[in-house]
Amino acid sequence: MINLAERFLDAGISRRAFLQYCAQLAALMALPPSAGRAFAEALITAPRPSVIWLSFQECTGCTEAITRSHSPTIENLIFSHISLDYHHTLQAAAGDSAEIARSEAMQRQRGKYLIVVDGAVPLKDGGIYSTIAGVSNYDLLRETAKDAAAIIAVGSCAAFGGLPKANPNPTGAVAISDLIQDKPVINLPGCPPIPVVMTGVLAHYLAFGTSPALDRLSRPKAFYGETLHDRCYRRPFYDQGKFAKSFDDLAARQGWCLFELGCKGPVTSNSCATIKWNDSTSFPISSGHGCLGCSEPNFWDAGGFYRALSLPADPLENTTASAITGTIAGISVAVANRLVQNTAILEHQPVIVTDLEKSGG
Amino acid sequence: MNELQFLSWVRGPALQISATLFLIGIMWRLIEIYSLRYHPNFAEPRRVPGASGWHTLYRRFFPPEGMFEASPITYIGGYIFHIGLAIIIFLFDPHLGLIKEFIGISWNALPSPIIDFVTVVTLVAMVTVLANRLKCPVKRFLSGGQEYFSWVVTFLPVLTGYLAANHLLFSYTTTLALHILSAELLLISIPFSNLLHIFTVWPSRWFNGAVNGQRGVPV
Repeated sequence: MINLAERFLDAGISRRAFLQYCAQLAALMALPPSAGRAFAEALITAPRPSVIWLSFQECTGCTEAITRSHSPTIENLIFSHISLDYHHTLQAAAGDSAEIARSEAMQRQRGKYLIVVDGAVPLKDGGIYSTIAGVSNYDLLRETAKDAAAIIAVGSCAAFGGLPKANPNPTGAVAISDLIQDKPVINLPGCPPIPVVMTGVLAHYLAFGTSPALDRLSRPKAFYGETLHDRCYRRPFYDQGKFAKSFDDLAARQGWCLFELGCKGPVTSNSCATIKWNDSTSFPISSGHGCLGCSEPNFWDAGGFYRALSLPADPLENTTASAITGTIAGISVAVANRLVQNTAILEHQPVIVTDLEKSGG
Repeated sequence: MNELQFLSWVRGPALQISATLFLIGIMWRLIEIYSLRYHPNFAEPRRVPGASGWHTLYRRFFPPEGMFEASPITYIGGYIFHIGLAIIIFLFDPHLGLIKEFIGISWNALPSPIIDFVTVVTLVAMVTVLANRLKCPVKRFLSGGQEYFSWVVTFLPVLTGYLAANHLLFSYTTTLALHILSAELLLISIPFSNLLHIFTVWPSRWFNGAVNGQRGVPV
């Protein structure tokens, strides 16, 4: 089996460029400098792993993101040099040929292959809302995951249910981790996730045979350890209390904070503000739009995208009715109090000194 | 329920519930209090009717003679945390967004570092007055459960707000949710506890002053 180092040489990648990549990767994942050498040594001898990419209830945005990233860079090279044996969008084969390719890969690398999943899995009504080759997503996932080494849930739909799971969740969509408990599941949420996050985690797995350190939502801490707000270039304006009041006003163009326009950066853990997109060119906040919080669970149902976090998720309801109810309650209590007072006044019997003398006997 | 769902719940249904209870409670209590009938007072006011009330409104900003020396922490700590609360609530930008949402008007905010500083000072002042209340036998004797309850429900929003703004203890999402939840607890508590003084303090001062004016107290 040809290893990655030979692939690099065939592709004209120099030793220096390869080592630089390994060092960058180590730095990106907040690993110590020695990890760069470990990456290099491991990747040089790493065989091409088989990767089976399953697409369920999704929009293909994750595939779009990963295929259009940084091209042509060494990250893409790594990705193109894994053995991607099954991927609806990218594979040439179709129909039975495609399914046979998947079966062969599963048998050839039993217990060693990786599964990348994008998309949620519908369970309602027997999972009929998304099928591939007549097989429900759930059955396909269960069959494929049985002999997998690990599963990488790419995108918010696979990681947390995403848009398909949004209220009222008509297809009964669930996340991969809701269904697979006996295999390691690495969540790489985002809509879509950052391409280098996907390739970085794959490279880490290639090099060390394990997932990077994960947080409690099974996300790599290296990429999801801080909020966008923490690393946002507009953060100083937040600290100064300077906020854009509408999109494209002077304040927004001067880089003031988008918090009041509904930015969810303070509650969103991701690396968009540091790694950025399109060869580190930009990210949504750079282009003047607040963060939607797309890498957080249930972000579709977390209040309006354009309502500030400090505001009610929905406009207050029943305020007039509440005030009227309170007024009626107040008037009722007031009338009751008056009745008590009136009764007391009516029943009041004046006492004079002689009465006291009589009672004192 | 994950933390973002928790935040969505406190920003959504919990806020609706607390706002509803607050509105019902505040209308009920204020109408009840200000519709109470008092015995007619036939005494002549000292000078102009009601003038003593207006004077008392102003005069009670200052401690009576000798009281400041007797209890400086009450006056200094009390002033600091009341002014601090007013600054935090009415001059922190995220709060102004909420105020604009409710009453439609807004004004300029103070920079966050200043709010941070004021918050710390407010927290310290509140802890100090609580310690003083516990330490002083007379104040401790006069304090019941409601006094401590009011202190807790006032202290929690300030503390959680500081934690949220500075990303301390828990994630921002969780601390923001706890902050909003504690503010909702405060909101519900206002009509039904001695925190109602937020609304009644000025009329009460005026009333007491006006009554005293009919009992020979000089204006």
